[in-house]
Amino acid sequence: MFRYYLKLGLLSIRSNAALSALMVAAIGIGIGACMTIVTIYHVMSGNPIPEKSSSLYVVQIDNWSPDEPYDEPNEPPPQSTYLDATNLYSKGDEFRQVVSYKSSRVVQPPDAAELPFEVSSRATTFAFFPMFSVPFQYGSGWDTAADTNQERVVVLTQALNERLFGGENSVGEQLSLNGETYRIVGVLNEWLPTPKFYDLNNNYYEEPEEIYLPFSVAVAGEHDSVGNINCWKPFEGGYDAFLASECVWVQTWVELPTRDDKARYEQFLASYVEEQKTFGRFPRPLNNRLSDVLEWMDINHVVDDDVSVLLGLAFLFLIVCLLNTAGLLLAKVMRRTKDISLRRALGASKRTLFGQYIIEAGIIGVAGGVLGIAMTWLGLRGIEHIFTGMDFVQRLVVMDWSMVMLAVVLALVSAIAAALYPTWRAANVTPASQLRIQ
Amino acid sequence: MLKMTHVSKIYRTDTVETHALREFSLTVDEGEFVSVTGPSGSGKTTFLNIAGLLEELSGGTYELDGRDISSLTDSERSKVRNEKIGFIFQSFNLIPELNIFDNVDVPLRYRGFKAPERQRRIERGLELVGLASRMKHYPAQLSGGQQQRVAIARALAGEPRFLLADEPTGNLDTEMAVSVLDLLDEINAGGTTIIMVTHELSLAKRARRNIFVRDGRVSDRPPEIRLAASAGQV
Repeated sequence: MFRYYLKLGLLSIRSNAALSALMVAAIGIGIGACMTIVTIYHVMSGNPIPEKSSSLYVVQIDNWSPDEPYDEPNEPPPQSTYLDATNLYSKGDEFRQVVSYKSSRVVQPPDAAELPFEVSSRATTFAFFPMFSVPFQYGSGWDTAADTNQERVVVLTQALNERLFGGENSVGEQLSLNGETYRIVGVLNEWLPTPKFYDLNNNYYEEPEEIYLPFSVAVAGEHDSVGNINCWKPFEGGYDAFLASECVWVQTWVELPTRDDKARYEQFLASYVEEQKTFGRFPRPLNNRLSDVLEWMDINHVVDDDVSVLLGLAFLFLIVCLLNTAGLLLAKVMRRTKDISLRRALGASKRTLFGQYIIEAGIIGVAGGVLGIAMTWLGLRGIEHIFTGMDFVQRLVVMDWSMVMLAVVLALVSAIAAALYPTWRAANVTPASQLRIQ
Repeated sequence: MLKMTHVSKIYRTDTVETHALREFSLTVDEGEFVSVTGPSGSGKTTFLNIAGLLEELSGGTYELDGRDISSLTDSERSKVRNEKIGFIFQSFNLIPELNIFDNVDVPLRYRGFKAPERQRRIERGLELVGLASRMKHYPAQLSGGQQQRVAIARALAGEPRFLLADEPTGNLDTEMAVSVLDLLDEINAGGTTIIMVTHELSLAKRARRNIFVRDGRVSDRPPEIRLAASAGQV
């Protein structure tokens, strides 16, 4: 019967083309508006590393002032001091940890005729790549010896490798950064964690850094941090004093696959802080935190409250469109009471008619969904146009297959929901009511 | 067999109560051709609607083939309508957007027949009414008489035991009306029970038995119809 209902639905739509077009338009516009916002919300709130998000933890220990918390009500700093980051890294070597910070370098292209240009860089430790599942096109990251021995090695992004070496395998080539020579050990494959969870200090949706080099090399070379640096205690002196200060600027992550691992690391953190207290540091009560990736995104309000409000409004608009659709469907059903009466007389049960009209609504829903996808595409292009020049916006206005499917399913469910009352009315038309009308 | 005993039908609004049938009792045996006549508003069509399970009765009992229909669910009533009863309406009631083949197909779809069986029944029905060559035509392309013949083919396609006709010639000219009545005679001769509602006494004479309805009751004193004797006249 499904094919029969499908045929009847298409016939009905054809015989009431204007009314059907209005319904498709109402659903399409509602879905378009809704899915435009849902798509952006989806990208903003997506899990950037689903296979590991529950085992990767950002480390927070509270070295802040005794007089006030870092943030109300009692939030520890989101980053670590250099002292704590390196202490935790060296003392907790039984755990897979990563310390890193954002900096920048000036690249001298291999072709001397080209002008130098600035790139963003990340100073980090060797485990950054395996821990964050960073994919490689050529070569790999460096090993622990490179960290220890301060080897001048570097990993490039695919885009930078394309720019400097035309996309060829550049592993083993030399690269000049701020006049110092580095050996290329790896080239990343395309990697766009969205949001950029491992460093939420600046723009959540900016692209990852263009080069990666050992943390020890960056510190020895006094590469400035270009991320946030927050201090509660003044310090005097040069770079060494900065490294010894209570300023927080290093991101510390740890991978803890099991609950036992987490418990052991928490104990390790507590012991570390207690030890530091004996040196006169950590004046506040013990306040250590381990937040996994999704918790960390939530704490940092990666999805702006305004977007959530907008999402609610978009769904309200969809509901308004659906109420209009329900009204139009009701009008259509009321025009077809004679047909319904006749079918009842010829043996159609209420359930049969209900099925027939629900399938007709489903066809309208799918058509509305297809129109909705087109409207969503237009909506996203509109947003892209409004924010021309803001690179990260381009990454938010991408409609993937899951969103396309969601649009169709949402349209289908919406159309069926809108059709429930009109269809119920149709199924309850008295069989004898219209059969004598001329 | 169709048997109604003390059937009543009351239509109610907030302020008005209309008794369409009162203590209506009637038995129609297998293979009969019964006409039901009476003045406008006498309850003829209400009787036919209840007989065809298109409306529920307010009181009394109604048995169809020995089964009390008042206890049936909507699905069961629909099934009985589909399998045992064929309808012919004054206004033909064909579905304009479906061609003749698909119009006749409607009750067969609800019956759940497979495609070959449906095709066989449709072709046979349309052959019976002389419209086998017009299967792909749409109702608007046919004359009134042809449309009524399609409606008859549709009513017969499911091989019902009862054919209920409500003013089947009301929208036809005399010549077409005669041909439709001839067809009904032929169908009745094949064993199908026919109950035909009409307000024209001349048509009622074609039936083997006439029931006269007045004020929602079967009247004891039918009008000047002489049944059977005048069969064949319109």
